[in-house]
Formats: sequence, structure tokens, C-alpha cells
Amino acid sequence: MEDALLLALQLLGATIRVATPLVLAAFAGMYCERAGVVDIGLEGKMLAGAFFSAAVASATLNPWLGLLAGIAAGVALAMVHGFACITHNGNQVVSGMAINILVAGLAPTLAYAWFQQGGQTPLLPNQARIPAVELPGADALSGIPVLGPVYRELLNGNNVLIWVTLVLVIATHWVLYRSRFGLRLRAVGENPAAVDTAGLSVATLRYQALLVTGVLTGMAGSYLSTGHGAGFVRDMTAGKGYLALAALIFGKWRPGPTLFACLLFAFTDAVQVRLQGVVLPGIGVIPVQFIQMLPYVLTVLLLAGFVGKAIAPKASGIPYVKER
Amino acid sequence: MLLSGSGKGQPGAVPGWVGYALLPVLNLVAAFVLSGLVILVIGENPVDVLSLLLSEALGYPEAIGYTLYYTTDYIFTGLAVAIAFHCGLFNIGGEGQAYLGGLGAGLVALALTGWPWPVVAVLAVLASALFGAAWAFIPAWLQAKRGSHIVITTIMFNFIAASIMTWLLVDVLIRPGSQSPETREFDPGVWLPSMDRALGWFGIAIPASPLNLSFLWALACCLLFHIFLRRTRWGYELRTVGRNERAAVYAGISPARNIVIAMLISGALAGFVGVNEILGVQHRVILNFTGGVGFVGIAVALMGRNHPVGIILAALLFGVLAQGGGQLSFEYPTINRELVMVIQGLVILFAGAMENLFKPQVEALFRRRGAAATADAATGGRG
Repeated sequence: MEDALLLALQLLGATIRVATPLVLAAFAGMYCERAGVVDIGLEGKMLAGAFFSAAVASATLNPWLGLLAGIAAGVALAMVHGFACITHNGNQVVSGMAINILVAGLAPTLAYAWFQQGGQTPLLPNQARIPAVELPGADALSGIPVLGPVYRELLNGNNVLIWVTLVLVIATHWVLYRSRFGLRLRAVGENPAAVDTAGLSVATLRYQALLVTGVLTGMAGSYLSTGHGAGFVRDMTAGKGYLALAALIFGKWRPGPTLFACLLFAFTDAVQVRLQGVVLPGIGVIPVQFIQMLPYVLTVLLLAGFVGKAIAPKASGIPYVKER
Repeated sequence: MLLSGSGKGQPGAVPGWVGYALLPVLNLVAAFVLSGLVILVIGENPVDVLSLLLSEALGYPEAIGYTLYYTTDYIFTGLAVAIAFHCGLFNIGGEGQAYLGGLGAGLVALALTGWPWPVVAVLAVLASALFGAAWAFIPAWLQAKRGSHIVITTIMFNFIAASIMTWLLVDVLIRPGSQSPETREFDPGVWLPSMDRALGWFGIAIPASPLNLSFLWALACCLLFHIFLRRTRWGYELRTVGRNERAAVYAGISPARNIVIAMLISGALAGFVGVNEILGVQHRVILNFTGGVGFVGIAVALMGRNHPVGIILAALLFGVLAQGGGQLSFEYPTINRELVMVIQGLVILFAGAMENLFKPQVEALFRRRGAAATADAATGGRG
């Protein structure tokens, strides 16, 4: 009983740790897609965030400067995306794809030239990593059944960014549905012409949305390389940006369901790590590649079976051109 | 995404070549200037690096062979992306479809040891088309019937293809007793002849390179692509769906059917990469032989304006980048292969997403000049 509880808690803990970058990226996508800008460049922005925060953290030994650098990188790329898609009415999927390819090349190229370690940053010492939050009284409570292990395994020792993410999730719900900015953001994604008629700038609103996207993807990258991991490695986002996008679609562009989708993907991932090499009764050992593709297969199944026709924000993906 | 600069008949009209020649060249220049900045940041001289890139790609016959070999891949994936585009679809899954296409070609070559190569080549082309199309079918069907976002599903299928191929090569198809995850080498009799060998039959001697007969098949595909799209009823239906799905429905054209057809052709075209790589060059099925060709195909289709001739030219450009860029790392210790991706990304960004970057200024320039010319002509006529 005690063991089962511990296993479940460890799985949940792993789920939360894996889900954090997914949630940050998916919510980043939510802001810009709700404003009518499709962004498949989440992956690239995350990777840039991961590289630049690890690079700065390793040079200055200050994780917070690293976090800032990661956010700056995310924002810079988001602005490039905005410049192409909002200012110049470029194709949004192409721009996102270009950013992904650019960063997938740029990060290892710069890492190779700056650190001479085959496209990685050096391993970060603990002081250069974003710390975990040690809650008080973990030892004192550990004697209590159920509550003790829950407190110790699930709540204690989480990274700062995990708590920040939690706050951001709640804040996003409030911003989108309860604030004036959120109302305008949703309006500009559904009917930009109406927003324009109301005397608001479509372009400004979309740039603002992309700014938030940049900040959140930068944080997601930073968490990967300086919070969860200890340094940048080549291709460290490994498709998380795309999974986040799938979670966003699965969540129908709404905060609650999107959060749930991210947790579901993360849970699959936590399970797959534990399933590797385990002998299942009657089946034997499942080849590791099949377990690794679980999240992707799940995504396709979910998109095919449960979401049905995903109704995107109406103006999403369409450049807004004022009639003259 | 359509041809820009259609100002026919207006005073000071902008000539057509501005849209399909001048603007892309300007965008390319911008992309290369930024690439130069990146090279500067790394600490090398951009002019030296870029000129070395060019000479390593086009400077001598062997290099040209290599460049055209890369071009072959990019023509296939460029056409694949373009046909989907014509139907209003974004096929990002060229990577996975090419990977599976290679499996198809490889299985044929493994099974038909001792057969004459032309038979094997034809069957391998069919098999790679079949495998590539099959891999594109599921996302296509899901898009057509269930409305599942094809961008997401094709990306997911890239990951799934990578996992399946790894499993096949590690656990199933691996050469017995071997450590590296690859199949046994095909019997040399079934290899697709390289271009130097084929031209040798006619007494023409060129240096050896990976360039093989699939280059000719790529050019033939360009022609077939054009005929299918512009000269057949199916091509017309496909383009109608791409232009206006509702109009297509009213005209009695089924969007779902055409979505599936477009993606099947797209997958088959991407699958032909497998013929070039596996049957023509590697002569065994190996891990990750695609190396991003599916993504480059998007750029090729965009730059080539989804037209076969444009696609050939754009594929040539990316072939130059791949070959020249790959050679840089031998000369410069601080540069590795990934620099090519930086340049590719910038080219896609400028030529694809920011294709209108210089358009207002350039068109204004031509309008002003055109207007001035007509004004001159008018006054000249009177005086």
C-alpha cells in the first residue's frame, strides 16, 4: 500500500516536472493563437531559450541572468515572427518553420564556436541552475501517513519555475476571460475587422500577444536547460514545442483543457520512462522505440477521436489586411 | 503565396519578372547578409566562408555531381510539398514519408538479389511511392474525414516514422552479427547506376559522384507534375479544392477525395527520396538518411512558387547550400554542418515568410519609373 502510494506520487511528481515546459509552451501558443497568429515556431523559441539561458548562466554563474537571456531570446524570435506575419503578412506556418530550422542550426553552431564541446554548453554547477523551493517542515510531516509522503514527494523540492508556471496558468485564465486585454485579444483572433472598427490597432494587439508568447517560450527553454537539466544539449526540446501545439488544439485553445492535455502527455512520458525494459506479463519486453512513440501516437489518436473538428479562433492564421 | 506584381494594364505597371525574379533574389541577398553576420559572430570571415561554399559546390565537376545529387532529393520533396499546397494542404510530413519510401525501396532491393537492375529500379520506384503514399494516407484521411489538423498529424507521423525505422533497423532488419543499425549491403547488380557509370555506356566520362539516374526521374516527375496539374481533370479538381473548397463542393467536386489524392501523390513524391538515397547511393537502409529533406522541401516549394521550373531552380540553390556547407567544416574548425541549417532557416524566413519584405519599395520604384516614362512619352509626342 505504502509502496503503491509512493510509486503513484513519484509518477505524479515526474508528470509535473515533464509537464512544466509543455504547459509554458502551450500557454505561450494560446496567447498568440487566440490573437490570430499561428505559431509552430514554439519549438524553435524554446530551443533558443534553452541555449541562451544555459550559455549566459554558464558564463555568469547566475541562473537569473540566464533566465533573462532565455526570455530575451524567445521574445526576439517572437518579434521576428511578428515582423514577418503581422507587418509583412507572411505565411505564419512558414515563418514558424523557418524559425525552428534556424534555431536548430544556430544553437549548436554557436555552442560549437563558443564552448568547443561538440554543440553543448558545459555542465552547469548547482549555483548556476534555477533552484528548487524547499518547503519548511518536510521532515516533521514525513511521519504522518498519506499527507507526509504527499507533501514530501509532490510539493516539496519543486523548481521555482514550476510554481511560477502554476501562477501563470491561473493568471492566464483570468487575463483571457476577465481582463480587458484578454477580451480584446480574443476579439482580434475571432474578428479583427471589428476590433479595427472599434479603433484598436490589430497589429499592436497581435504584437503584444506575441510578446507574451516569447516570454513564456523563453521560460520554458530556460526551465529545460537550467532548471530541469544542467546545461544545453543539442536538440534538447525534442519535439516538445509540437506536442505543446497539439495539446493546445486538443484543449481547444482554452486554459483548463489545455492544461489537462499537457498533464496527460507528460503522464504518458513519465509512464514510458518507467516502462522501458520492464517485462509485461504475457507480452514480454516492448521495444523501447514503441514506448517512446506513445506520446505522438496518443496525440494523433486524440486529435482523430476525441477532438473532432477543432474549431480554431476564426481569424487564426490569416494576416489582417486593412481594406483601402 | 501567389505570384505578386500583377499590375497589368495600369499606368506604370510593374513588370512580371520583378515578382518572380528580382524580389526572390533580393530576399536571398538579405538571407545571405544575415548568414554572414552569424559567421562573423563565430569569428570567421564571411566573404571567405561563403565563397568557399560556392566553389565547393560548383567549382569543379565532382562537386557539381554532389550538388545535383542533393538537388535530386530537394526536387522530390519540393514537388511533394507543392502538390499538397495546390490542394490547400500543408504537408510537413515529407521527412517521414521519405524515410518510409526508403524502406520500401530497400525491401525491394533486398528481396530481388540477382534480378536485372532496370526491373529492380522500376519496382523500387513503385515500392517507395507506395510506402510514402501509405504514410501520408493516414494524416490525409484524418484531415478529410475527421478534420484533424494535418500540420500536427504529419509532424507526429515524422516522429512515429523515426521510431519505427529505428526499431526495424535495430531489431529486425539489422545484418546478423552486426553492431551498427543498418541492413546488409544490396547485391551490386541491383544498384541504381550512378550517372558516371550510365554516361560511361555512351562513352562520356565524368568524375564519380553520388549523382545517379534518379536525377532523371526527378526531372521526369517535374514534367508529370505539370501535366497532371494543368492538363488533367484531376489536377483541375485538386486546384479548385485548394483555391476554394466551398466553390468546389458546389461544382460537385469532393474536397475529401481530393485531399486524400493530393496527399497520396505528395507522399509518393517524397518517397522517391528513398530511391535516390537508398538504391542510388547508400545501397543499404540506414538510420536517418533523410536528414531534413522534408523540411527543406517546404522552402523549395515556396521559393519555386509551387511551379516545377521554380522548384528545380530552388532545389539547385539548396543543393548548393547542402554540398558547399557540408564541405566548410573540413576547412574551418569552428564551423560544423549545422551552419547549413542556419542559412537554410534564414533563406526560408526571407524567401518564404518575408517574401513581401521589399515588395512595396521595389514596386513603388518601378511605378514611379514607369509613370515618369509614360509622362516623358506623352510630352515627347506632343512636342
